Amino acid sequence: MDTTRRDFLTGWGAAAGSLVVGFGTSPAAQGQTASPGTWPSMPPIAMQRIEGGPEVNAWVVVQPDDRVIVRIARSEMGQGTLTGLAQLVCEELECDWSKVTTEYPTPGQNLARNRVWGNFATGGSRGIRESHDYVRKAGAVARTLLVQAAAQSWGVSATECEAAQSVITHRPTGRTTTFGKVAAAAAALPVPSEVTLKDPKEWKLAGKRMARLDTVDKTTGAQVFGMDLKLPGMLCAAIRACPVFGGQLKGFDAAAVAKRRGVRHVVQVGNNAVAVVADTWWQARTAVEALPIEWDLGPNAQANSKEFLAQLQAGLSADKAAVGLSQGQALATLESSARVVESTYGYPHQHHATMEVMNATARWTPQRCEVWTPTQNGEAALAATAAACGLPIGQCEVYKLHLGGGFGRRGQTDWVRQAVLIAKEVPGVPIKLIWSREEDMTHGAYHPVTQCKLRGGLDAQGRLTSLHMRISGQSIIAGLAPQNLRDGKDPAVFQGMNVGGTEGSFGYDIADLLIDHAMRNPHVPPGFWRGVNLNQNTLYLECFMDELAFAARRDPLAFRRELLAKSPRHLAVLNAAAAKAGWGTPAPKVAGLDVHRGLAVAHGFGSFVAACAEVSVSPTGSLKMHRIVAAVDCGHAVNPQQIEAQVEGSFAFGLSAALFGTITTRNGAVEQKNFDTYPPVRMAHMPKVETVVMPSGGFWGGVGEPTIAVAAPAVLNAIFAAKGRRIRQMPVGTQSLRRA
Amino acid sequence: MPTLHVNGKIVTHDAEPDTPLLWVLRDHLNLTGTKYGCGVAQCGACTVLVDGVATRTCVLPVSSVGAAQKITTIEGLSPDGQHPVQKAWVALDVPQCGFCQSGMILAAVSLLKQKPKPTDADIDTAMTNICRCGTYNRVRAAIKVVAQGGDPKVASLNIEHRGATAPRQG
Repeated sequence: MDTTRRDFLTGWGAAAGSLVVGFGTSPAAQGQTASPGTWPSMPPIAMQRIEGGPEVNAWVVVQPDDRVIVRIARSEMGQGTLTGLAQLVCEELECDWSKVTTEYPTPGQNLARNRVWGNFATGGSRGIRESHDYVRKAGAVARTLLVQAAAQSWGVSATECEAAQSVITHRPTGRTTTFGKVAAAAAALPVPSEVTLKDPKEWKLAGKRMARLDTVDKTTGAQVFGMDLKLPGMLCAAIRACPVFGGQLKGFDAAAVAKRRGVRHVVQVGNNAVAVVADTWWQARTAVEALPIEWDLGPNAQANSKEFLAQLQAGLSADKAAVGLSQGQALATLESSARVVESTYGYPHQHHATMEVMNATARWTPQRCEVWTPTQNGEAALAATAAACGLPIGQCEVYKLHLGGGFGRRGQTDWVRQAVLIAKEVPGVPIKLIWSREEDMTHGAYHPVTQCKLRGGLDAQGRLTSLHMRISGQSIIAGLAPQNLRDGKDPAVFQGMNVGGTEGSFGYDIADLLIDHAMRNPHVPPGFWRGVNLNQNTLYLECFMDELAFAARRDPLAFRRELLAKSPRHLAVLNAAAAKAGWGTPAPKVAGLDVHRGLAVAHGFGSFVAACAEVSVSPTGSLKMHRIVAAVDCGHAVNPQQIEAQVEGSFAFGLSAALFGTITTRNGAVEQKNFDTYPPVRMAHMPKVETVVMPSGGFWGGVGEPTIAVAAPAVLNAIFAAKGRRIRQMPVGTQSLRRA
Repeated sequence: MPTLHVNGKIVTHDAEPDTPLLWVLRDHLNLTGTKYGCGVAQCGACTVLVDGVATRTCVLPVSSVGAAQKITTIEGLSPDGQHPVQKAWVALDVPQCGFCQSGMILAAVSLLKQKPKPTDADIDTAMTNICRCGTYNRVRAAIKVVAQGGDPKVASLNIEHRGATAPRQG
C-alpha cells in the first residue's frame, strides 16, 4: 500500500527552479509493498515533493506528521479543478486544509488498478460535476477508516469518536489522536460499504473562497510545465508536418542540415512529417526550418475557405437537414405570420492557441515506452503511446505534467504519437518534442465553422410564435468519431438547444419551433474548443432574439422574460445579470461617450448563465467594452472565487474569437501562423467583469465553459444598441463600426 | 566563452551567437521559468528584465546582450518569492494555468518601477502580454494592490489563504 515517491525524486534544481530527475529505485525493490505491477522503471514526475506515507485509500495518503496527499485524476490546466476536487475530498475527510497537497496518479497505475481513480478525461467542464460524488465518498471512506482505527486503538466504539482538522476525539473521555498516528492502521481495515455524505449546507471548506493550491510556484518560475521537463541525456526535437491537411511527406535532404552544430538525427515521422533531433531546441528548430522537404500536398491542395463558404450557404437552404428540436409546425406558422424576421450569421474556424505549444517527451526501449506530457486525457495519451510504439499497453506509461492551457486541444494525442515515433528512432534516449508556434497554429484541431439562418414569426401583437433555426456547417463528431453519428446526425451540434434535460436546454417557450442542421464538412480537422458548439449556437440565438425584440419594438429584457416564464433558472440568471448591471436605467457616460447595454442567456454544460455587457463606440467606430456583468447558477458552487476567475477567463477567450479570431485556409493550408495574425484579447481590450455566483442547489453544473457563450452575443447586442448596426459575421474586428 | 550577467551571477554559455536569449536561458542555463510562447515578440511569455526594463527575449540574439547588462529572470526576482509583485499575485490568486505569468509579473515589475502609481491607461499600455486563460482583471487588480501599498484587501476578492506552514505544491 505504500506509495512513497521519495525514492523517485533525486533532487530539484533549486537555483534554476527546474526539475532534475534521477533514476530511482522502486519501493518494491526496497522491499516495500508496491501497487501490483504498476511501478515504472522511470521516475514519475509527481506533483508533490514530500515524503510518502500510508495510502488510506486510493485517493488519500496520510503521512505520519499528518500531512495529507489527495490524488487528483483530472488534469489541472488553469481551471482550478485540482483545488476544487481537493476541497471536496477534504470536506468529507475532515482534515487540516493547511496540511494538504495533491498528486496525479498515472494512467498506467489506473489501468493496473482496475481504474480505481475513474475517468482521467478533463473536458466538457466535467472535472467536478462528474466526479464530485465518488471523490467525496473517497474522503468520507478515508475518514471513517481513520476514526475506526483510532477507536480500535482505544478499545472504544467508533460512534463515540469524531474527526475534525485531522484530529480524532473520543467524546466521552476527551482523548485525542491525529490522522497521521492511525493512518497505517486505518489502511489495513476493511472498507465500509456505505458512507453518508454531508448536506452541502453543512460544508465548511467546499463552497468557500479558498486560495488555489497551485499558485505559489506559478509566481516563481518553479512550476514545471511539459515544455520545461529535463531528463538525463535528453535531446530536443522540432518538427514540420505537411502544411496541407491530408498531404504526405515525399522526401527530405537530411545531408543539408546534418553537419549543423548540435544536430544528431533527422527522422521521418509517420507519413506526413519530419523531425530534427538536436542538443537544444533552438538547434533543432533552425535545422528543421532549413531542411529541404518535398511534400505531396494531397487531395486538399486546392481547398480554400472562401470557396467552402458557398457550401455553407447552400446548406442554409438545403432540403435535407437533421432535426435537433422540433415542436409544432414552425415552417407552416412562419408562412402565415404577420411578420417574418430573417437573418444569417456566421462563425469561422478558431484555434485553441494554448500559451504552451504542444509538446511531449518520450523515451523508448524495446521493453518499455514512457511519455511525459501535458494532457487533458492521460488514458488516451497512454493508449496513443502503446499504439505508436507497438508495445503492450502494460509496458507503457504516461506521466501527466502541468498544462500551459488546454481549452480542448490537449484532449487529443497527435503530438504524443509523433514524440513516440521519434523516440523509437533513438532508443533509450529521452526526446523532448516541442512544436513551434507556427506548427501549433497550422496543425490544430479547430473549432468548427458554421453559419446559421434564423427566421422568426411575430404575430400582430409582436409576440414570437414561430422560429426556425437552420445551422449549416461542420460536425466535430463527424471529424473525430464518425462511429458516434446517429443515422448521419451529430447530436452535439445542437448543444444548448435541447428539449429540457440537465445539460443544455432551450429556454424560450415558442409554440412552433424547428432547429435543424445541414452538415457540411470542410477539409480542416475539427476539435472540441472551449465552449464547443454552445458558443455559436448561443451567439446566433441570442443576437436574433435581440433582433426580434427590436422588430417587435419591445425591450430586449422584457421580450426575453416573457418567453422564459416557464424556464425559471434561465430567467433567474438573466434577471440577476440585468439587475446588477442596472438595466432600465441609463449607464453613466465614459469619456463623454454614451454607454449601451446588451444581454444574453444560455444553459450549457449543466449551468445556467447570463451576461449584460456595457460598451461604447466612438464616432470613428472604435469599440470599448467597459464592463460585463455575469450571473451563474451552477447548482453547487465549490469555490466561488475560482468560478469568478473562470467567468473572466471564458469571456476573454470567447471575445478573442468574436472580436478578432478567424482561421482560414488557402491552397489547403492554414493562413494564420502566429499571434500577429490570430490576435487574442489583451489587457487593453478586456472589460471589467463582475460575476454573480448564485448556486440554487440540487444539481451540479460546470463552470469552465458555459459563460464563454454569453459574452459575445451580449457585446454584439450592446453594439447594436450603440450604433444600430448588427454584426452577423464573426469576427467583429474587420468590420466598420461607424454608423451604417 | 561568452558570459552573461544573470540573476546576480556571471555565467558562461556555449550557444551560437544568433541563439535568442530565451533559449540560452532555458536550454543552456536551465532557467525554464522564462517561457516560449510565440517566437516573434507578440505574446510576452519570454519577458525578462534587462537592466530593470521588461524585454522580450525570443527575438533577442544572445550576442547582442552585453556581459555587463543585468538580466533578471523570474527565478532571480527575489530569493524567496516575496517580491511585492509576487506577493500580490499570490494574494489575489492571479494565475490560472500560469504559463504566461512569469512574463506578466516581470512586465508588471518593470511598469511599477517606471510608474509606481500607474493609471488604468498606463497598465493597458505596458501590459501587452497575452494570457489565453484571461487573467487580465486580476493582473490589473494585483498591480493596483502593489501600487497602493500591498494590502490585498483593496482588491475586495476576499480569498481565504491557509497558513504559512502549508506544504508547497509541485
